[in-house]
Amino acid sequence: MKILVCIKQVPDMESKFKVAADGRWYDTADLAWRLNEYDEYAVEQAVLVKEQGGDTDITVLSIGPDKVKEAIKKALAMGCDRGVQVVDNEVSQREPLEIAGIISRFAKDKGFDLILTGMQSQDRGSAQVGILVAEMLDMAGVSTVVGFSLAGAKLELKRELEGGVKARVAVTLPAVVTCQLGLNTPRYPTLPNIMKAKKKELLSLPVSDLLQAEPRQQTAKVYFPEKKGGGLILEGEPAELADRLIQIIKEKTAVLA
Amino acid sequence: MKSLLVAEYRDGKVLGSIGDLLGFAARVGGDHVMFMVGSEAALPPYTGKLYLADAAAHGEYRPGVHKQLLLAVIEKEQPDLVVFSHSSYGWDLAPRVACVLGFAQVSEVVDYVDNTPVVPVCNAKLRRTVAVKSKGAVLTLQAGAFGLSEPPSGSPSVEKVQIDGADRVEFLGYEAAEAGGIDLSKAEVIVSAGRGIGKAENISLIADLAKALGGEYGASRPVVDSEWAEHDRQVGTTGQTVAPKLYVACGISGAIQHLAGMKKSDFIIAINTDRDAPIGDVADVLAVADLTKLVPVLVEKLNAR
Repeated sequence: MKILVCIKQVPDMESKFKVAADGRWYDTADLAWRLNEYDEYAVEQAVLVKEQGGDTDITVLSIGPDKVKEAIKKALAMGCDRGVQVVDNEVSQREPLEIAGIISRFAKDKGFDLILTGMQSQDRGSAQVGILVAEMLDMAGVSTVVGFSLAGAKLELKRELEGGVKARVAVTLPAVVTCQLGLNTPRYPTLPNIMKAKKKELLSLPVSDLLQAEPRQQTAKVYFPEKKGGGLILEGEPAELADRLIQIIKEKTAVLA
Repeated sequence: MKSLLVAEYRDGKVLGSIGDLLGFAARVGGDHVMFMVGSEAALPPYTGKLYLADAAAHGEYRPGVHKQLLLAVIEKEQPDLVVFSHSSYGWDLAPRVACVLGFAQVSEVVDYVDNTPVVPVCNAKLRRTVAVKSKGAVLTLQAGAFGLSEPPSGSPSVEKVQIDGADRVEFLGYEAAEAGGIDLSKAEVIVSAGRGIGKAENISLIADLAKALGGEYGASRPVVDSEWAEHDRQVGTTGQTVAPKLYVACGISGAIQHLAGMKKSDFIIAINTDRDAPIGDVADVLAVADLTKLVPVLVEKLNAR
């Protein structure tokens, strides 16, 4: 079985963000970067399939500047077999259609049975790329998956709907699956596996070889939302803060009557 | 400007997100028509033309078939905007339609200014306006961003659509939410734990505060995914929607999915170390503090009353 896992490197969401000088994205300097949380579930799911046995080969792909190799190396240390960096310093300005176009051009004719990715990225959050890849490659696509069971070429999945309801669906491979939080428990790479990952193949390809889709949209402006204000901000020592909060709860709500 | 609004139907009911679609249509103005794969027995409250495909015949989740149905309606109506909810249905179906149609898709629209969609970036810490270069656009709307002040009403004029379509995705059925003993929708006070509580043991702090205030404790998604709290305590779009008299958000940054589940609370207190956290936008009071230090003192003082 040939598996492709598509991952993205994103900043830690707790970071203090600044708007970039061109006003069209956040400033990427001085941020701590990590593997997109949703994609960790995709990597883990691929490794779990490999651990089911059989002849399984996992390629992990990421698009971006050289620092995305760190995210690829983490995925290799978690158990993927080979890495591919599509070298693209303009990745943050690409729309989902272009990203999906790059992935599908790479994947075309390589015979992947299963393509896994997170259901969305933590920074842009468009939740489009996985399903677009399925459309472009004319494969079955299932999004927002929280349950995964593979037997032969048949995949039974649970999609997470609103309000805690799940939909059970089945597809026959090949398929694209986008992974929702909670699908599995992503492993931490062990030191021996981190060492082994350093010896795994990591290919770099120029984006110009793979870019195909024409953008249909572009970011006009990125900015901080206006603070709605009105809310009271309290600071101070715990005892003093506690007294003020109790006073406010008494005055503004009926719950301490 | 003409919009095609895509309503959602599940298990015999039209979903409440229809209010957002109609609120959006009112905001952008112009003509609109609606599409739904559903049933004549449960029509959406809508005054206008509804293209209705029968869910029994076309399946409730058969994205390839729903895509073909929508494309047939789009071919006939030639809308400028195709509008979905940003939901498990919308984010699965919208990219398929946009891809074929040649339209840009803009996801999780929270505002629409001068014909330009506005979307959040990085957990709503930043916003982004999007210039659409295609002749039309597919949008998915963030829950609650375009609500109506009054519930929608009216009866649609129904035009039926059907196709003979096959799909590679086979729908096997629904699995109900885990049955739990906690119905947060009835609690008058909810104290919720977010990722900022740091570790599982700190759930007890949150539970103690809830008890001292005579309420229940809840949790945000990361806390439930980490198995620090049960799923029936989750507040947000994939958990419960609540509207208590008092909501205390502890260590919750305020991801949009969480806000959508609790922002109708009468009074909101947030306890967070980050004074810029998005939860501050909906909170009546933001206490900038380390919850592990503040909450025990608060519990002690409440219990001493």
